[in-house]
Amino acid sequence: MKLHDPLTRYVVRLGDDALIMGHRLSEWMSRAPFLEEDIALSNVALDFVGRARLFYQYAADLMGGEVTENTFAYQRDVRDFTNLLLCELPRGDFAFTLCRQFLYDAYSLPFTQALCKSADSQLAAIAAKAEKESRYHLRRSRDWMLRLGDGTAESHERCQDALDQLWIYTDEMFECDALLDGLIAAGIAVNTEGLRSEWLDTVTETLHAATLVIPKAQGNVTGGREGIHTDDLGFLLAEMQFMQRAYPGLQW
Amino acid sequence: MGDIWELLDSVMDPEIPVISLYELGVLQDIRRDGDAVKLVLTPTYIGCPALGIMEEDARAALTAGGYHQVIVETRLAPAWTTAWLTPEARRKMTAYGVASPQEGGIACPQCGSVNTEVISEFGSTACKSLFRCVACHEPFDVFKAI
Repeated sequence: MKLHDPLTRYVVRLGDDALIMGHRLSEWMSRAPFLEEDIALSNVALDFVGRARLFYQYAADLMGGEVTENTFAYQRDVRDFTNLLLCELPRGDFAFTLCRQFLYDAYSLPFTQALCKSADSQLAAIAAKAEKESRYHLRRSRDWMLRLGDGTAESHERCQDALDQLWIYTDEMFECDALLDGLIAAGIAVNTEGLRSEWLDTVTETLHAATLVIPKAQGNVTGGREGIHTDDLGFLLAEMQFMQRAYPGLQW
Repeated sequence: MGDIWELLDSVMDPEIPVISLYELGVLQDIRRDGDAVKLVLTPTYIGCPALGIMEEDARAALTAGGYHQVIVETRLAPAWTTAWLTPEARRKMTAYGVASPQEGGIACPQCGSVNTEVISEFGSTACKSLFRCVACHEPFDVFKAI
């Protein structure tokens, strides 16, 4: 599925981040360490899938014709997805999932706040809704960083290991490309490079309070925005898309 | 044909079935266009899967009342906020056992104490957090302030 219109590509990109993050979180359903956390992870998953739906519905409106929100979720292949690699990494252990969530939430809050000012009124409207939930997402994932980082020796070690593994994927959040440059100039897209210092402040403050250390830079891994993904995304899509691939157009 | 407002007053939130879509702030506008009735709904929490059910329930109530052409428009802006809950809605929610966000702290719906603490930011549905009353020890749901 080739998308050409810059606005549609941007909207789908934002939908992809939300859907893949939501799916990874949903994998915890019935597997979390205890009941309240099972419910919390599933709730955050729902928030992200709900966010993806709003972006995909808007993209479908922009494209017109037969395209629906489901077309984007179920009928595209790995190379068509343009989500951040950070979102697609396997869920790992509980520390890995929560560290990923914290690193992303610390980005998602200023991102949605900035998107509220988009010149595109529908994107601004979606952002105004997403921004509200991003606040409590960050509050919760920050709390977990403190509990795990400043918890037992094992929770601290697992948390630090997760951060060390995740760190090389964080730079991609702030990457700008030709698509973004054009939409930033038009006042539509968020200049993500401009969010970097606020993100780093939040992360630095929290990791310090959690007795964790910021990993040493070891280079960056990017490519998600161009559809160049880790092996893991294909397995995720195989599971997520199975029903619609096996029974196209299936409805519950 | 029935009065549109009266028909819609019977359509309740599927998760808190004591407050109507209007009291919840989801039902934003009603317009008549010839034989058609146009409803404007706004979603509450993005992750809430109930909006589809609310839409179906509203359609069913109007159809049963003799309105066969119902058009539903979803409006995102201005973003829904718990500040739109009417005082009557808050009172009904509390009586139902769900505390609503308010100034002066979260009050236990059982004993009224504001000596309460959060158990989890997320409760049984997308709209709720889980709290516990320190005074009477009862756990309870709180409508999340957004």
